[in-house]
Parts: sequence; structure tokens; C-alpha cells
Amino acid sequence: MPADIISTVEFNHTGELLATGDKGGRVVIFQQEIENKNQPQFRSEYNVYSTFQSHEPEFDYLKSLEIEEKINKIRWLPQKNAAQFLLSTNDKTIKLWKISERDKRPEGYNLKEEDGRYKDPNTITSLRVPVLKPMDLMVEASPRRVFANAHTYHINSVSVNSDNETYLSADDLRINLWHLEITDRSFNIVDIKPANMEELTEVITAAEFHPHQCNTFVYSSSKGTIRLCDMRVSALCDKHSKLFEEPEDPSNRSFFSEIISSISDVKFSHNGRYMMTRDYLSVKIWDLNMETRPVETYQVHEYLRSKLCSLYENDCIFDKFECCWNGNDSVVMTGSYNNFFRMFDRGHRRDVTLEASRENSKPMQVLKPRKVCTGGKRKKDEISVDSLDFNKKILHTAWHPQDNIIAVATTNNLYIFQDKVN
Amino acid sequence: MISTMECAVDAQSLISISLMKIHNSRTQRGGIKLHKNLLVSYVLRNARQVYIKEKYAEIYRMQQYEEVMTVCNEIQELNPLDLEAEDAEDEEQARTACCAEEASACGSPCHRGAAHCRAAGTVAGCSLLEDGCKEPEPSYYRSCCMEAPPAPLCEQCPANSSAHCNKTTVLDLDTHVVTTVENGYLHQDCCCDALQCGQSAQSPAKKRKVEFGCCASDAEEAPDFTAVRKRAKREDCSYSAPDYTDTSNISNLISIFGSGFSGLLSRQADLEQICSKQALASLGAWTRAIVAF
Repeated sequence: MPADIISTVEFNHTGELLATGDKGGRVVIFQQEIENKNQPQFRSEYNVYSTFQSHEPEFDYLKSLEIEEKINKIRWLPQKNAAQFLLSTNDKTIKLWKISERDKRPEGYNLKEEDGRYKDPNTITSLRVPVLKPMDLMVEASPRRVFANAHTYHINSVSVNSDNETYLSADDLRINLWHLEITDRSFNIVDIKPANMEELTEVITAAEFHPHQCNTFVYSSSKGTIRLCDMRVSALCDKHSKLFEEPEDPSNRSFFSEIISSISDVKFSHNGRYMMTRDYLSVKIWDLNMETRPVETYQVHEYLRSKLCSLYENDCIFDKFECCWNGNDSVVMTGSYNNFFRMFDRGHRRDVTLEASRENSKPMQVLKPRKVCTGGKRKKDEISVDSLDFNKKILHTAWHPQDNIIAVATTNNLYIFQDKVN
Repeated sequence: MISTMECAVDAQSLISISLMKIHNSRTQRGGIKLHKNLLVSYVLRNARQVYIKEKYAEIYRMQQYEEVMTVCNEIQELNPLDLEAEDAEDEEQARTACCAEEASACGSPCHRGAAHCRAAGTVAGCSLLEDGCKEPEPSYYRSCCMEAPPAPLCEQCPANSSAHCNKTTVLDLDTHVVTTVENGYLHQDCCCDALQCGQSAQSPAKKRKVEFGCCASDAEEAPDFTAVRKRAKREDCSYSAPDYTDTSNISNLISIFGSGFSGLLSRQADLEQICSKQALASLGAWTRAIVAF
């Protein structure tokens, strides 16, 4: 079902909850079963916790455009009380959802029957105070805020500030700053729309707040640059504080150079000292103190460089892969085709290719590393480039904030993998 | 699946594929995706640059060949050629800029042509014009790239009664057929112009405007305009492209994306960007679409 295509995956800050959004506008939240967590030999499973329809298709009558209900991003708010909050967004509207549990219910009303009908007042002779009795757990999701009408172009990112009061939303040309409590107003902090649209040369592709510095955020562009902005400098952050850009290698120039250098995702490391960018063929780690080039570059699927023309024809070259850090920033992960995903161990300079598929996803089974044969004789167990299935792509991955648990989304399915425990 | 045969990385096919993508994006759910269309326009620009360079390399090669032939002919002819006065004047002015470009490239054979040419600089094509296309009106057309006039190519296609010939790649958006047409004029192979040319019943005024824009420097405006108007007239009668539906909206789209976003072009000091900038200025439909969106 096309509506089941997963479009975003995100762990909450403790890792207990995992939210997915799909093309049909639904959000499904999984919860980790905690009971066995202290006994490592038991797998902690994730089970469905809540499902709700976040966005519906809309129609913009003025422009005669349909607005897709596809959830582009979900971001959790840090937990402040018993309830959980998350932001979910489609192309135009951001919503704040409250997810709360109800496991008790009042019983014994004075004036009402059990089914809610009011008793005949003449039959009431004594006072009775309702008592809370346990009930089956019910998880409710309710929309608490709707942040609408602030974006002319398609929203690609939301990011919650470390101050827990504000968040940013970014579309192709603008970034807006919101207060979580205020829906009728937002501040535009970045605007790269040229006066004459014919002079458009780049768009914003992703944006994120710094994990600790509430005044700092970055945004990436389709030209392969990342700009770091400081909101204390001026109200409008069109001028960047830092510009991160690596010069193009002229020997790699092709018809598609601009496309493959477009950044599809940017993520700060947890410690806030690095950021990672994903372009079509590689993952780059940048030190925030060095703007001239990344400190590390990892090739995700370099063997596709000679296939760019075909990938352009079938539109795969426009796929937007995401990337993520593990909890201690030692490993980064990103997806590829044929349901492969890649992990790069920064410290040990190792990388591995794994596959998310039903065949090798029996419980307790260790994933076997995969290898793509790039030329010459294909060894046993290797897959040749031409046998890769480009319809099976892993665009969205997430890593538990503390443990070695990863969530990998294939087109319609979510896979959750854990570290092997001896 | 990607076939084992790497697809032909051919500039012409990339142009047509890119235009199809842009066309299809208009009907996609969720509205026009700005990012994707921007990236597609980059491919379009890159493909067009390669296509134009290939074309001019081809012309240049043919010019060199023609030069040699002309020199041989001159050796045989004992009388100097008679120049038609008005032709010479037009040609002189119009040639000035392109001659300057070509002078260094031509080498010694050019100087022979100069004797007949009376132009400030010389270009191989000058003599060819006099020898070859004995048209009542100037038969060369200012190329976007300010290089040698494409007139020599006229020599190559005798079949067409108007003696104007060139290959134009046209994408028919209704049948999705890409065809190379032996018609039109070289500089219109700059994609916007070529594809506009590929559609019948284009208003001469529109064409003229585009081509005018394609001729870069201000100094040449007056003679250009004359040449352009004459050419536009000729196009109307010589034009024969019954395959192509007159869909002016789509032609706007093609011509605009033929030129690409002008901002893309300012990246390099390349020749064709000069024409594209002005061409873009006259084409507003897609821009309006973007702005409205």
C-alpha cells in the first residue's frame, strides 16, 4: 500500500518510544518493553503503543494544489511530565501532539449511571464520591497545537531548541522560529528567496538546532554547503557565522555533479562538536571549528558513480537519504539500496554493510555483513551492482540514544535490530 | 533495476529527459517540487553546454574544411569575386565580433579571405558567404556564442529549397517523441530556441524577441535585428514541421528551461549565458508559475 510507506523514524530522548510517520499521514508509536531490560538475555521488544492520524490531505484552493498528508518529520520534545509530546509535520503544517496514558477511570458517580445516563434526581438519597479504579491501559493522542500557514514552500525539517520553548521549521527557501505555545505567529530567521526567482540557485535542504547552544543552528543547501547561524547576531540570520564547504573535485565533474552534491540530511553529534552531512554518495563529518573541509568522509556506495545517468532516468538520484549518530558519537549509520544500510565506526575505521530483509531477520539471528561486487569476478555471497534492487531503499534510520538498538525503515516495514548479547 | 548497458550519456537525450521530468512535475501530487526542479535544471544546463560546445566544434571543423575547399577554389578562379555592396556592409558589421573571436583561431587561411572580405577582422566564414550562399539577404545568423557564423552549414544541405538547414532536436510533448529536424538555424539549437523552432505557428514576434536576446552585445543590436527579422520571415514560409502541436504554454516552459535559471549561468563566464540571460527576461510564464507557487 503506498500509504504505508514509512517517511520518518525517530526515537524519543530516552529511547523508550519510537515514532514512525508514513505517507498516509499516520503516526505509529512503538514502546520498548522495559520489564526484561535488567536481564540482558531477554530481548527488549518494541510493541505498538499508539496509532493516530496526524495529517489529512488538504487542498489549497488558491493555488489549485493538493497538499500531501505525508509526514516529513517527527521530533520528540523532552519529557516534562507524565505525557509525551511530539511535533509532526507535512509539507505545510506542523502539529504538536500530546500522547498520554489513561490507566484509571472514575467509577461510582453520584448522579450518573455507569453508562453515563443521568439518574432520576428523586432516587438519589446519599452522597457518593467517585473512586478511581484501574482499567486497561489506553493511550490517547490529541493535537494540542497546530502551526499553520507559515510556509509557502515544502517543509523539510523541524528541530526543537535545547531551551524546550522554541523550535524551527525549514522549507525550501525559509526558516521560521516558533514558540511552542504560540501558533498564530512565527519569526522568519532565514530567507534565501531571491527577488527574482529566475536567479534561484540553491534551496535549503535541512536544518537543525545545536543540541546545547540554544542560539545556534545550521542549515544545509542543495549546493552542498552548510551554514551555521547565531541568532544573537541579528534577527534575520541570512548572514551566516560559518560556512562549511568542500571544493568540488574537478576530476569528478559530470552532468550530475550538482545533484549528487546536494545535502539531504544534516545532524549534529550528541556532544555538539561535530555535525554530519549526507549527500548522494557519501557521509561527511565536519568539525564545527573547521569550515574548509570535513574531517572524515565515508563512501556509502561509490559504485553508483558510474550509474548516475540511469539513476537520473529512474529518479533514484533524487532520493534523500538520512543519517544518524549512535549515542556516544562513535558510529554513524545511513541507508542505501537493496535494503542495505551502512555503519561507519569512526574510531576503528571500520565499516559494514548490512541488509534489512525478512529472510535474514529471524529473531536472534546475527546479521551477516554484505558486500557489493564492484567489478571483476564476483565472489560467492557478493552481489553485483547490476543486481541491486533500486526500489528497495532505506532512506530513514534511527539509533537509540543510549543503547545499541537501531531502527531501520525499508519501504513499508520497520526493522529493529539490537546488539548481540553473549 | 539498472541495465548492464550504461545509458547513453548523450547531451541531447539528457535534455529531453530533463524536460520530460519538468513537464511531469507539473501534474505531480503535492505541487511542484522546487528542489527537484532546480536540480533538473542544472542537468539541463550542463547538457546544453555540452551540446552547444559539440555543435560548435562540429561547425568549426566544417569551417576548416570549407576554408581549405575555398582556398582551392580561389586558386582556380582568376577573377576576384564581386561583392554586393549591401551584403558586405551588413556582413562587416555583423561579423566584427565573431571575426574577432575567430581571427586567432583561423590562422593563415583567413587572411586570404580577408582580401575579399573588407571586414575589420576576418573569419573563415566571410569568404564562404560570398562564395556560397548567394542570398539576397545575409544568410548567416549570429550565434549565441559569438563564434563563427553558422552559414557554412548551409552548404551542407542542398535538399531544402530555402537552403537553410540544420539539425534541431525537438521534443514533442504529446507523443513524447524526440526528433532531430533538418530545419531551422544553428543558433536555435541553443535549446530554448531550437525547441521553440520545433513548434509550428510560433509567432515571429516571439521568436524574434528570443533571438534578439540571444545576440549578446549591444553593439550588434541593429544589424542583428535586421538579420533576425529577415530570418524570421523566412522561417515562416520555409518551416515545415507538421508533427508538432502548437502548445504555447509548453513552449514557454521549454524555452524557459532551455535557458535555465539565469542564476545558474552566472557561475561561469561562459558564452551562452549571455544570450540566455536576455532570453530569460522575455519569458515569464514559468517564472510566474514559480512565483505564484
